Amino acid sequence: MSQLVHPLEKFVRPGMESRIWCSGCSNGIVLNEFLRAVDELGLDTSKMVLVSGIGCAGRASGYVDMDGFHATHGRAIPVAVGIKVAKPELNVVVISGDGDLFSIGGNHFLHAARRNVGIKVICINNFNYGMTGGQAGPTTPMGAFLTTTPYGNIENPLNLVQLAAAVGATYVARWTAFHVGKIKNSIKKALMKKGFAFIEVVGICPEQYGRRQKMPRPMDMMMWFKKSSVISRELDPSKAEFTQERIVVGEFVDVERPEYTELIRGQINSIIEKLEKEGKATDVEI
Amino acid sequence: MRRDVLTGSYFTLGDIACAEGALAAGCRFFAGYPITPATEVAEHMARRMPEVGGVYIQMEDEIASIASVIGASYAGLKAMTATSGPGFSLMQENIGLAVMTEAPLVIVNVMRGGPSTGQPTRGGQQDVMQAKWGSHGDYEIIAFAPSSVQEMFDLTIEAFNCSERFRCPAFVLADENVGHLREKLVIPEPHEIKLVERKRPKCDPREYSPFKPDEDLIPPMAHFGEGFRFYATGLTHNERGLPRTVDPEVHAKLVRRLNEKIRRHAREIIRVEKLYLDDADVCVIAYGIVSRSAASAVRLAREKGIKAGLLKLVTVWPFPNEEVLRISEGVKRIIVCEMNEGQILREVERCNKCSRISFLPKLGGEIHTPREILSAIKGGS
Repeated sequence: MSQLVHPLEKFVRPGMESRIWCSGCSNGIVLNEFLRAVDELGLDTSKMVLVSGIGCAGRASGYVDMDGFHATHGRAIPVAVGIKVAKPELNVVVISGDGDLFSIGGNHFLHAARRNVGIKVICINNFNYGMTGGQAGPTTPMGAFLTTTPYGNIENPLNLVQLAAAVGATYVARWTAFHVGKIKNSIKKALMKKGFAFIEVVGICPEQYGRRQKMPRPMDMMMWFKKSSVISRELDPSKAEFTQERIVVGEFVDVERPEYTELIRGQINSIIEKLEKEGKATDVEI
Repeated sequence: MRRDVLTGSYFTLGDIACAEGALAAGCRFFAGYPITPATEVAEHMARRMPEVGGVYIQMEDEIASIASVIGASYAGLKAMTATSGPGFSLMQENIGLAVMTEAPLVIVNVMRGGPSTGQPTRGGQQDVMQAKWGSHGDYEIIAFAPSSVQEMFDLTIEAFNCSERFRCPAFVLADENVGHLREKLVIPEPHEIKLVERKRPKCDPREYSPFKPDEDLIPPMAHFGEGFRFYATGLTHNERGLPRTVDPEVHAKLVRRLNEKIRRHAREIIRVEKLYLDDADVCVIAYGIVSRSAASAVRLAREKGIKAGLLKLVTVWPFPNEEVLRISEGVKRIIVCEMNEGQILREVERCNKCSRISFLPKLGGEIHTPREILSAIKGGS
């Protein structure tokens, strides 16, 4: 008798017993899309490292049967940079949340993109700090009610796509959890990209976000994304509007710039070549 | 031709000797952020690292520096960062991460006067307790306190060896005075430098438990990209590396082992130097630059017929409990000299059994003079 096996079962880390994600959460959708992308590209998963920070999305690195590192809050990107720079042949992917990557870790995002370190960053943006019980964060929409905005949020949310484009990411895309298939295609593109790539997936968080905004069922947020999202066909981040009524999704940046680890290796090689040619141990005064 | 061990005699800066020591130890990844008085370590690494095929990267801050050093260590490189007080404070959370994930790495703290921005260009020894207790949770660490340019070189190598051997962060706690001191450095032949490399797994990758220790309490370390597909987390984890955050036994077992792997080997790690202690009535305890003034003071005292001796702490952590206890049983008085308001003093008080303890603090960036220490030695005899 044949046993039914999920096609992505082979990617699940053995022994990882519990998943902390709530029913209706879309983190599973994003992880699914990531694994399908890896599967379809036929990548060697022993040469991949998944790094994440703290929060719900940050648990992703534990669930997948690849090398994984679970950093401190906000520090997934610099850990990933260290891994990538030390071993450039590895495909280093960061999956984490909006609070982790853009509040406490915002500075690292800025500089990894500016340097164009060839890591791939997938941000699951669920508008709040879910794991700690639904506090407002850097992407919380104006007026939203959360445990720390009992009278409505009065802070302007970050537009992650425009931020990523401004600081030099070579690939930038935004999708919502509704856009299954599109997410996967963007992740495939990002995984094959040499430089810094960023994908925002606007996620469903019925338990902590939705239910406080009169969208208590998972389908409520999904219907919101379906109704409000508009696919942009232009590579133009200025069109990446994000309001309650209109969420512009699609690809916004797809360019090539010299990648950081290649630049470093280039410098190292030419310096060593010069020393060898001149028969010297060093050019530096001690 | 070896480009990483530049055998020869030099007249150079402590910070530069530290960087050369790291290269000789096999360090091939340096991440840092400019800060006085440790900047020269980074500047020298920026020039020298590419010559040995290693990576220098200036990160956006000290938090990113230590985080990327952890990443590089897990990718298989010996890795280091260098900073001073304010940067060391920023690194504390990820020092805990390095302890918890057992990442071998070296942090150089060229200490200046604090609190806060304090005295950027002046020396101090005010981060000794922070080095031990700065990150949250219970943990043991290893810290060396160099007193000369030569020791900046030698003890940086020792710090790498300890971090590799015990899979933990190791500190070089230099004071600014040593970091900015210019004196003779001898870099030995490569074969004269003893290097220790982290233990590596010999098992089949599918059977690898990344945090399952051997008899010595230290687990062999796989590197990312070698097919082990393992997971490391700052969360409380079992021997397979999987999070087990509410199981009291798993937590207690893990934390005890992280502490015990250092404590059990403390005798192997601890290094002290003794001067005239065999028949001493008065023992001066000092470390770093102050130990040199103290050595002069003890010699001056001997010339005057006073039975003074010196215990120089080469390692400040783990603290040499047994040594201090033994000395306290044999001398009448202990004088602790340090450039702070009393940090190692507390450890000495903790271990002291019989002696009277005097404290000679010095703040403001000035080093104790031998005369000041001599007068303290005379003062109580």
